[in-house]
Amino acid sequence: MKPSHYFFQTDQLAQLLGELQDRGYICIGPQVRDGAIVYDELHSIKQLPRGVNDAQAPGRYSLKTGVSLKFFDWANGAQAIKPLLFSAREKLWQSRQSADGKLSFETPEPRSKPIAIIAARACDIAAMKIQDQHFLQQTFVDPYYQVRRKNLLIIAVNCARPADTCFCHSSGDGPFVDDGADIVLTELESGFLIEAQSTQGEELLAGLSLQDCTEQQLEEQASIKAGASKQKKQLPKYDIRLRLRHELNNDFWHEIAAKCLSCGNWTSVCPTCFCHSENDVPELDGKSSGHYREWDSCFTQGHSYIHGITIRSETSQRYRQWLTHKFSSWHEQYGRSGCVGCGRCISWCPVGIDVTEMLANFEGRRGV
Amino acid sequence: MVSERQVNPYQPHEAVILERIQEAPRLFTLRLKLTEQMLQDAYEFEPGQFNMLYLYGVGEIPISIVSDPVDSHIIDHTIRVVGRVTRGMAELEAGDRIGLRGPYGRGWPMSESRQKDVVIVTGGLGCAPAVSVINYIEQRREQYGRLNIVQGVKHSADFIWKDRYDKWRELPDTRVLLAADVGEPLWPWHVGPVTSLFDQLEFDPDNVVVMMCGPEGMMRVVCHHMLDNRVPASQLFLSMERNMQCAIGHCGHCQYGDKFICKDGPVLRYDRVRELFESKGF
Repeated sequence: MKPSHYFFQTDQLAQLLGELQDRGYICIGPQVRDGAIVYDELHSIKQLPRGVNDAQAPGRYSLKTGVSLKFFDWANGAQAIKPLLFSAREKLWQSRQSADGKLSFETPEPRSKPIAIIAARACDIAAMKIQDQHFLQQTFVDPYYQVRRKNLLIIAVNCARPADTCFCHSSGDGPFVDDGADIVLTELESGFLIEAQSTQGEELLAGLSLQDCTEQQLEEQASIKAGASKQKKQLPKYDIRLRLRHELNNDFWHEIAAKCLSCGNWTSVCPTCFCHSENDVPELDGKSSGHYREWDSCFTQGHSYIHGITIRSETSQRYRQWLTHKFSSWHEQYGRSGCVGCGRCISWCPVGIDVTEMLANFEGRRGV
Repeated sequence: MVSERQVNPYQPHEAVILERIQEAPRLFTLRLKLTEQMLQDAYEFEPGQFNMLYLYGVGEIPISIVSDPVDSHIIDHTIRVVGRVTRGMAELEAGDRIGLRGPYGRGWPMSESRQKDVVIVTGGLGCAPAVSVINYIEQRREQYGRLNIVQGVKHSADFIWKDRYDKWRELPDTRVLLAADVGEPLWPWHVGPVTSLFDQLEFDPDNVVVMMCGPEGMMRVVCHHMLDNRVPASQLFLSMERNMQCAIGHCGHCQYGDKFICKDGPVLRYDRVRELFESKGF
């Protein structure tokens, strides 16, 4: 049987990047900018956040230079895959009105260059699968998402050092990538284990000079997985999906609302949130109008506006909408929870509301 | 794999206004036709479905279709002036062009309702999505049981389509009941809430379908009344409204629990949304 894992030396990372570039991929990878890990175009492996660790806590995100020389010794930043596929703002179509009043509509051809994302995490791949369901597997297919998705190559890196806000192990989505990537790397003390999860990934591996891996390296990988699975936060054990359906009128929503700023950060950093608004923007030529979509948030007033009425005028109602959707009604829509345990909503909440604590609160209230 | 180039489900098509009818001071009807003949010929809809209408340079709004599904060469929309798009649309005249895409959503349970008594309760402009139902039943009168049409308005001056109600009143085995919360001196019908007319309804609670459209408060009252009168919750149907921007289940605004009102609705069965419908703010 063909071994699934190979050994890959640290200095071969540059070879991998070169191989991707030679094949015409625009490489997007992690790098440090403005005090955070961001995913942007990667021209050289020198840009990777080598030796950087992240420290995350409710309402806190910071980076420090650690003692190790590892490239991927951090959990995540605010964004990863989602903006590459579901663009934060893009034109859906445009209309033109001729002098005699006739209207014509044009669709910009959905285009995308092949993109390879480097160091995608398990939580983000799980979230991408949900967005695939939403944009590609329903009655209507989103042509913009579709073309980008087809052109995306995923080089994942298993998490070795989850943040204090991570709970992917309890959501069942991490810390290791079981499927959905093209290639998966595990960073060892020295070098990497590399594995292909798709035909494209296999082809790519064939172009690299790889060595067979040793038993010892596989053991090291197993111990990394075990270590990364021990996470400080977890989802409560009760049946969240059913429980929330019976808590629609709990006073607790008002208690949360007293703290929540309804800022929408959660929905911006959440890798599964798909809400977007559509807006017409007259073009400067005065002869046409562009119809754009951009990310929207259920934490805004406008999200529930309808002919003069705001259905969710209270923060408590908006918070409830988000939480009950993400953890309860999402199951009926997509066959699973909408939370992948990335912990971003905890870190990027300006007042440090911790979703795992919020959910645990319901448990305490009635002693489920 | 789907091909690279495919239909953009977000993009409207051009439609021309054949006629504009002023129904009431802030209420008008646009009679439309898709200018691309092939699209117009292929256009079919069910009672209760809606279209997205686009005003050039301003934006799109969801509006229910009021014309007769059998009459496939004209698409009618009755629109109340509320926001930017509807204000702009109110200024348009015959010959002007707008964008249209649709139809969207799931309409009224017309086939499941066959041989049953039908109660249609509408409030305010809520009547619009029900007009196509009434037309539909009118065309197939023998397929349905007793027909009850109940319309309530806040003020008698808001009442529109008197001619239509007069015509419907003439249909066999049909009751038309009208009520205004506030009635002017010459208002010939009931003054008070619609529910105060309910003792005049004629239906068999074991064999009836109730279709409701209008303010949610009104629909809640009707539901409770019907449940108290032994009508099963599964026979109560609501036409729901929420913010809609894409109409194809992507933009997320119209989510109502696990339902997307744009594709699972706008007509929803009461028992399937009961918990949310009885709570505020969903």
